[in-house]
Amino acid sequence: MNQTQEFHHRIDDALHNDQLRRNFRSAMSGVMARRADQFPDDDQLQALREQAQTVRANSLVRQPELLERLEQKLTANGIQVHWAESAEQANTIIHGILKGADARSVVKGKSMVSEETELNHYLEQRGIEVIESDLGEYIIQLAKEPPSHIVMPAVHKNRFEVAELFRKFHPDIPYTDDVDELTQTAREILRTRFANADAGVSGVNFAVAETGTLCLVENEGNGRLSTTAPRLHIAITGVEKVVEKLSDVPPLLEILTKSATGQPITTYFNMISRPRQPDELDGPEAVHLVLLDNGRSRIRVDEELLDTLRCIRCGACINHCPVYVQLGGHAYGTVYPGPIGIALEPQRLGLDKAGTLTSACTMCGACGEVCPVKIPLPKLINRLRAEAVNKRRTTTPLTGRGSLRKPSEATIWKLWQQLNSHPRLYRLFTLAATRLRGLTPGKLGAWTRYRSAPKPGSRSLHELARQEGFSHE
Amino acid sequence: MPAPEKVYFFATCLIDLMYPRAGLAGMQLIKRAGVDVIFPQDQTCCGQPAFNSGYREEALAVARAQLACFKCDIPVVVPSGSCAGMIKHHWPELFEGEADEQQALDVAGRTYELTEFLVDVLDVRLSDLGTPTRIAIHTSCSARREMGVADRIQSLLAQLDKVEVLTQDREAECCGFGGTFAVKQADIAGAMVKDKTDALRATGAERVISQDCGCLMNIGGAFEHQGDGPATQHVAEFLLERTS
Repeated sequence: MNQTQEFHHRIDDALHNDQLRRNFRSAMSGVMARRADQFPDDDQLQALREQAQTVRANSLVRQPELLERLEQKLTANGIQVHWAESAEQANTIIHGILKGADARSVVKGKSMVSEETELNHYLEQRGIEVIESDLGEYIIQLAKEPPSHIVMPAVHKNRFEVAELFRKFHPDIPYTDDVDELTQTAREILRTRFANADAGVSGVNFAVAETGTLCLVENEGNGRLSTTAPRLHIAITGVEKVVEKLSDVPPLLEILTKSATGQPITTYFNMISRPRQPDELDGPEAVHLVLLDNGRSRIRVDEELLDTLRCIRCGACINHCPVYVQLGGHAYGTVYPGPIGIALEPQRLGLDKAGTLTSACTMCGACGEVCPVKIPLPKLINRLRAEAVNKRRTTTPLTGRGSLRKPSEATIWKLWQQLNSHPRLYRLFTLAATRLRGLTPGKLGAWTRYRSAPKPGSRSLHELARQEGFSHE
Repeated sequence: MPAPEKVYFFATCLIDLMYPRAGLAGMQLIKRAGVDVIFPQDQTCCGQPAFNSGYREEALAVARAQLACFKCDIPVVVPSGSCAGMIKHHWPELFEGEADEQQALDVAGRTYELTEFLVDVLDVRLSDLGTPTRIAIHTSCSARREMGVADRIQSLLAQLDKVEVLTQDREAECCGFGGTFAVKQADIAGAMVKDKTDALRATGAERVISQDCGCLMNIGGAFEHQGDGPATQHVAEFLLERTS
């Protein structure tokens, strides 16, 4: 099966799962309303977006220099920095650090970059026990599923489905489908794990070059526990997360939490700048940062595609996407779903692997409208569509270009071009279509599965305009 | 900008063939305000279908064929947010670096969506001659976001004192048309138009009015297929009908 057929199978499964679609509709409506409540003043929102965009865009332009400064500062602070070109390399490095510290169990905070490298799977295969400590991540770890959303990984499950999972994996705990009680149950289960784990693994939201600070945004306190309770902390993040100054962080943090979950601020905001010092009572003895490239530098050289890397992973584009709400995240079949996934994954994996995702977009623009760093998502998706069917452009970092070009489709567009660039031919065509409107087929393939077939008017507007005496020049 | 003496009217290929009465109504509304309407007979399509499908070379050839139609320095009025958006916002990208880039930028700079033109330039005053009715507005995504003119259709309809405008749930959500999306991702589009028609039907409106015939073809076609739902109509036709 090719990527397009596989995608259609997943779409078909999603669209036939009514429970799943109800879960997404309800969750997305809620999170959209909460975001809107955080931005009552559109002028202020636009000013904040401008500010956030500028910070991110400047950071990307200066990225090589900032990463160097970040490494120097972190090293001086006692945090060890590792560079990984690929997902495989990142996993090898992390496994090496764990092995070197004789760490056999890992408690993890939420990290999409670790999803990108499939770190859990890699470590488990090598005999290391990994437990996800974010509630949503814990739920999907039990269910053996990938995240369906980058901020709310278990959003596809409702509380009854979560209750069922808990009953299955913790039969000794009395059944409940009360959200607060379920959360309490998870909290108790995870508590002991924090205390006993040899190492904690986390992501990073912003890495500050000036001070060598790793910022981590979270709500459950699991991020703080994962990064402070075990004797070893390993952070992993994409190279694009670096920003220059500490003062760059507040606007990004504000627009991140408001855009993501509609919170003015998250319950926890962690700033990690060094391992435990001799006079300190807690904190890890060693802290490592793994900086992952995984195709990001390749994207960076293209002036237009570079915008993709501004992303601060808030998920607002996903929450507002009218296609995502119908399908949920799993249908995309990639780590990042929704608009940002459609823009990023074909760049990361190649158009021949993920280019078909670009078809799952109506160009409605809802994503671009809410993006806190003003990534022109529809424009990027349009560019990827063009690259997927055409190899002619000479400079591009994309792989798999032209792989979705179908001769039949290309021929149709050539005919369309001929018709629409020759006015006489066009008028002849509309004349025939209007005069023969009685012969318009009642079935028009996929269109008439959900709608009746449109019928041409009895006269084209070209004709009506002439009849009504409108001048033509 | 003061009202011009003359304007060009760009029909759009969809209106030309499928909804010519909507286009004619748009032209008549402008003419009634004392502005001459020129309809260049060599116009065809703005190029959007190919552009959105990734076939930029084909889109460029078709867009280029329109340039000769709109040479005079007068406004180009388009009865569609989506086609107006293509000309205004995507032609500059499409023609970038081409020999005729300046001409394309020139046309883009004087292109208006119809309701935008009626409100911003002509400042039309309407008096409602119809019987009381209840309608719902579906604003196309391109009119709303790309062109930023969602409030123009509202202000025009608000002038009609016997027309009650009802608001649908999730008003700003796409109807699922998306041009070739409706064919390439037919089942997703089907699910989306189902949600949209449910929301519109639930308002109890007698008619659904929009500034884009793409959405109307999708929504109206779905109502017809479902065998139940309000009528659908382009805003130009509705305005003309209520005021003459």
